[in-house]
Amino acid sequence: MKSASLRKRDGVGVFGAVNAAFLTLVCVLCVLPFVNLLAVSFSGTAAVQAGRVTFWPIDFTTASYEFALSGGKFLRSLGVSVLRVAVGVTINLVLMVITAYTLSKTKKEVPGRNWIMGYFVLTMLISGGMIPLYLVVSKLGLKDTIWSLVLPTALPVYNTVILMNFMRGLPSEIEEAARIDGASPIVILTRVLLPLLKPALATVGLFCIVSHWNDWFSGSIYLSKPEMYPLQTYLQTLLQSFEQLLREANSHDIQNLIAMMNARTGRAAQLFLGAIPVMLIYPFLQKYFTTGLVMGSVKG
Amino acid sequence: MQKKKLKRAGQAWQYYLMLIPGIVVIFIFAYVPLYGLIIAFEKYNPGLGFASPWVGWDNFTYLFKQPNFVRTIRNTFVISVMKLLGGIIVPVFFSLLLNEVRSTRLKRTFQTLVYIPNFLSWVILAGVLTDILASDGILNMAITAVGLPAVKFLDDPAIFPFTMVVSDIWKGFGFGTVVYLAALTSIDPQLYESAILDGATRFQKIRYITVPMLLPTIILMLVLALGGVMDAGFDQIYNLYSPIVYETGDIIDTYVYRLGFQQAQYSVGAAVGMFKSAISCVLVGLSYILADKCAGYRIF
Repeated sequence: MKSASLRKRDGVGVFGAVNAAFLTLVCVLCVLPFVNLLAVSFSGTAAVQAGRVTFWPIDFTTASYEFALSGGKFLRSLGVSVLRVAVGVTINLVLMVITAYTLSKTKKEVPGRNWIMGYFVLTMLISGGMIPLYLVVSKLGLKDTIWSLVLPTALPVYNTVILMNFMRGLPSEIEEAARIDGASPIVILTRVLLPLLKPALATVGLFCIVSHWNDWFSGSIYLSKPEMYPLQTYLQTLLQSFEQLLREANSHDIQNLIAMMNARTGRAAQLFLGAIPVMLIYPFLQKYFTTGLVMGSVKG
Repeated sequence: MQKKKLKRAGQAWQYYLMLIPGIVVIFIFAYVPLYGLIIAFEKYNPGLGFASPWVGWDNFTYLFKQPNFVRTIRNTFVISVMKLLGGIIVPVFFSLLLNEVRSTRLKRTFQTLVYIPNFLSWVILAGVLTDILASDGILNMAITAVGLPAVKFLDDPAIFPFTMVVSDIWKGFGFGTVVYLAALTSIDPQLYESAILDGATRFQKIRYITVPMLLPTIILMLVLALGGVMDAGFDQIYNLYSPIVYETGDIIDTYVYRLGFQQAQYSVGAAVGMFKSAISCVLVGLSYILADKCAGYRIF
């Protein structure tokens, strides 16, 4: 009864209304750019160039999408990205699990554990930066192969630490029981612990999927052939050429103008298509992102 | 019993076996590049690699004579400090307002909407931004419609840093909101109820209960962000800047990129990278210690 009256005093009234209106406004502002992008991608090029398209397609057409999907470049780079995520995330998960498992042991069980932990953690504090890494990858002959995209980030240390903390939070009796039955560490990990790790693996797995999917930079420095580009790298080249066009737009060159008209709608369509996969896993991301944040910290 | 113990000790090698892949990967892609920073003291020769001729501090003295270098450091600090402060204030404010919304469904919807840009890559977001911020983009259409002069969001050196800060907040504040909202929901409702009995107004409750209870989380986020001050956002700025705005928009990472990958000045680039790494290392270390001391949050 009391709480009901409290709620009444709290939730409604002028403040509640103004607040809800303000929050709605902020949310709308957050989403409007994407609505604009979507509207542009479905509009006719002339209407877009004339600046008539805001949040609703004008001269509705799917031509930009047909063009993007028929050109080959988009689909090919999409394929590269899917392959990269599949290979990269598999490697990530295997390496993170086996590394985190050993690191979750005490130094009594695994002598030298603390030193090894230091070895990994140190790389979170200092790094050689992009140039030495580039030179290493080149020297290893990984350039122009998919390995240049997956091997340098094969073991994401921060996610490994999250996983390690999760493993430490599991009741030790489970492992103890298996050990008394004579199971070796590898058997314990693969048969006993792995099923219990599912929520944690989902979290770090999603992090890895997003970072592999969103990474455009490795592709742009390690790959010299555009036909090998993953999607984000391909979109990035699209962006650069568009900016070029945009800055030269004042030259009133008719050829330039036509190129730009097509570039604008076509680019919008491809950007939107590129955002779809992340949108599809977005509900899961939202669910696990905070979980991961909580798991990442050591209690006590 | 004795036998069992012996068997256990005999299986400990499996732990080390599981560590080997991780140790090797980190060695090749983190420690070798770290050693590779040695080229900052050399005149890099592709044939000789990391064993190029030694030149001592020459690259550094050259660097500090470059007017551009000092400029990039200033820009890096200005942009990232603004991002750091805005990245705290906006989500705190937003989550406080969101917390006043009673309807759970409405709250979730708001949260979901503002969280979307967080998972999209800067390539996609830069694509969206170049479009809406262009001189004939939708934002300038709105500005000119009310009679104000068009703003060059991406081409005016005086405005560019602010465009970066605001768009970075746009991308990231959904994440911050989730974090702060989680902290807000863990506040004991009894505190509010007793405050109401004492006749506290809405703003007094926020001022004397909510904000103090939120403070540890704010401090934690602030401290963790401190470690990233040297990273002003390469992905974002690289995809949005142009030579017109180098004066205020060129940051350390973009400078290193141009030195290394466009001018092939690997040694000078590595020197900048080393300078950055050294400062970052101190800041990250400091932030971890502060996080532990001020907020009791331990990452490992």
